[in-house]
Amino acid sequence: MYSVNYHRASSVADAAKLLKNGDAKLLSGGMTLIPAMKTRLAAPSDLVDVSRLKDLQGVKVSGKTITIGAATTHYDVSTDEKLKKACPALAHMASLIGDPAVRHKGTIGGSIANNDPAADYPAALLALGATIITNKREIGADKFFKGLFETALKEGEIITAVSFTAPTKAAYQKFRNPASRYAIVGVFVTKGKDGVRVAVTGAGEDGVFRCKEIEAALAKNFDAAALDGLKVPAKELMSDIHASADYRANLIAVMAKRAVAAANA
Amino acid sequence: MSDVSLTVNGKRVSGSAEDRTLLVHFLREHLGLTGTHVGCDTSQCGACVVHVDGRAVKSCTMLAAQASGSTIVTIEGLADGAELHPVQAAFKEHHGLQCGFCTPGMIMTATDMIARHPEGLDEATVRAELEGNICRCTGYHNIVKAILAASETMAKGAKGKARQAA
Repeated sequence: MYSVNYHRASSVADAAKLLKNGDAKLLSGGMTLIPAMKTRLAAPSDLVDVSRLKDLQGVKVSGKTITIGAATTHYDVSTDEKLKKACPALAHMASLIGDPAVRHKGTIGGSIANNDPAADYPAALLALGATIITNKREIGADKFFKGLFETALKEGEIITAVSFTAPTKAAYQKFRNPASRYAIVGVFVTKGKDGVRVAVTGAGEDGVFRCKEIEAALAKNFDAAALDGLKVPAKELMSDIHASADYRANLIAVMAKRAVAAANA
Repeated sequence: MSDVSLTVNGKRVSGSAEDRTLLVHFLREHLGLTGTHVGCDTSQCGACVVHVDGRAVKSCTMLAAQASGSTIVTIEGLADGAELHPVQAAFKEHHGLQCGFCTPGMIMTATDMIARHPEGLDEATVRAELEGNICRCTGYHNIVKAILAASETMAKGAKGKARQAA
């Protein structure tokens, strides 16, 4: 790791100020940033640690509205009793990230700000139609996730929370790479007042995306059988040593079916 | 440079380290606690697992500066003098190790796992919870056996204590 200056922010405003130092980066759980710095894929001059800010922590459920602080760890999301009642699919998804030690440190804000094309949270937030709240504005998930490791966040902008309305039904299914355990394909399905939303991670050449073909079929009939024989186009899907675009296209339909079955169970 | 103050295995310690110093290196090189191992150095193998404020984390993926102010428990902090911690005793009893390199991390993960599952553990849960710990010698069979046995011993111990308290 190259030399770096570590700062512990005392508030979100303090973090925004500290971010003006050189080529500073926000540090939350560090489960991606620190390995990237160790391999010198990232070399920020300064790190601004926001992981201990109380304002950024915790899950709030108020009626149908769920708000999760950006520095809430995957472990805290996966075990939150209120969330397990209001949106069990998201708690379940968080329990599938990495391993226990990673879930103890990694945070929802860090995961979506990084927007790894194989990360789980981007699929969840896109399918839930969540709002990403920053220190400057609110951004809809449809506009937030831009591409591979790219988001709508501007220089110096800090995610403080995410918020969404609890869906009527939802579930997440992922097919893991047997070595890295990242999603080769992960599908998050929701049914709520705005209809059916289906988001796919791990497969898109441009990162997380909504699968219109599956959404259309499920809007007519929210049942796994509605996807029988459905072909997801392989165009714009990733091909790599782990899986071809055709293989991923097939897996998307399979994972979507399993997710719908789980959501209806 | 950062001033790092920690409570490690019940003792308050402090030192100065470069901001980029990883917690595992601070423990090993500044404090001489070499029981915590560096295996893969890429957050996958779990040989470096320690408890930070009561939670198992990979100390190769955390800066010492990030941990400053925290309470840390390492493998050296588990035994009570000459008496092994029940998880250590179970690893010995069930031969849950071969070369021993992964063992400190396995044991720190196991104690965290047992604490998070007061209702008890089954084999499937133990195997799933060991996702982040890799053993390259002998496989996981005896490790799983040892964790299950320790979980039972500790549950009985807790009940015994509760009875004494009542």
